[in-house]
Amino acid sequence: MNRARREAAVRALLEHSAPRVPPEVYADAVRVGGRMLRRRVLARRLLWLLLLAAAVAFTVWAVDVHPWVEPPSRTTTPLTGW
Amino acid sequence: MRERHAAKDARRAREFEAFATGAAGRLLHAATLLTAEDPHDNPRARRLLTLALGHTYATWDRLRGEDPYDRARQYLAARFAREAWHHAPFPRRARPHPAGPLAALPPRERLVLVLRLFEGVAEEQTAALLGLSQERVRVLCDRAAARLLHPPRGSAPAVGGAPPAAPVAAP
Repeated sequence: MNRARREAAVRALLEHSAPRVPPEVYADAVRVGGRMLRRRVLARRLLWLLLLAAAVAFTVWAVDVHPWVEPPSRTTTPLTGW
Repeated sequence: MRERHAAKDARRAREFEAFATGAAGRLLHAATLLTAEDPHDNPRARRLLTLALGHTYATWDRLRGEDPYDRARQYLAARFAREAWHHAPFPRRARPHPAGPLAALPPRERLVLVLRLFEGVAEEQTAALLGLSQERVRVLCDRAAARLLHPPRGSAPAVGGAPPAAPVAAP
């Protein structure tokens, strides 16, 4: 009860004087938001490009090197006594 | 492809404008209370509002049924919190002229008070938004309300017009 009344008093105090909204706010928000959006699209595009480049590089390397082929053995058992 | 893109842009702009014209007043009022600026000279609050609305515009296509006002308010609060936390203690503004009604409170108490009482955000949501416990939110809110209604003697500058004679009994 006491708490509710106190909160009501604070609410009344906060509601007291509303500022006037300047007319250019909407245009500014669209400008800022559009910039954020463009930046995000650019970042996404760059990341996809990077991923693509990495995939291409890996493929080229793999075709060149054949990493799945077992390399020829460099060591042999010593051949003695014949 | 391009036509679809343009149509989407136009629809977003239309919807966003309708939202912004409806929400800007309330959001700007909240921002002005947060920054404790004079209602007629509030550059910081305007900047906060522009950023919050801009963020809402940028995420408009990914709202998925979420309330854009909620989103904008969340961003506004988070942005203010980040700025206040990082530059704390706030450089005392070199402007002596009458400030907003919350000028005597520290930024965190202002934030809790505005979210809880001005915006009517539930206690749990406020706690989650600010990364505090619910008890802490309640304590901060009560303390801020008490300080607002009974400014401590001596340290309180003119709090933008005397608070209304609130009949608040001590116990």
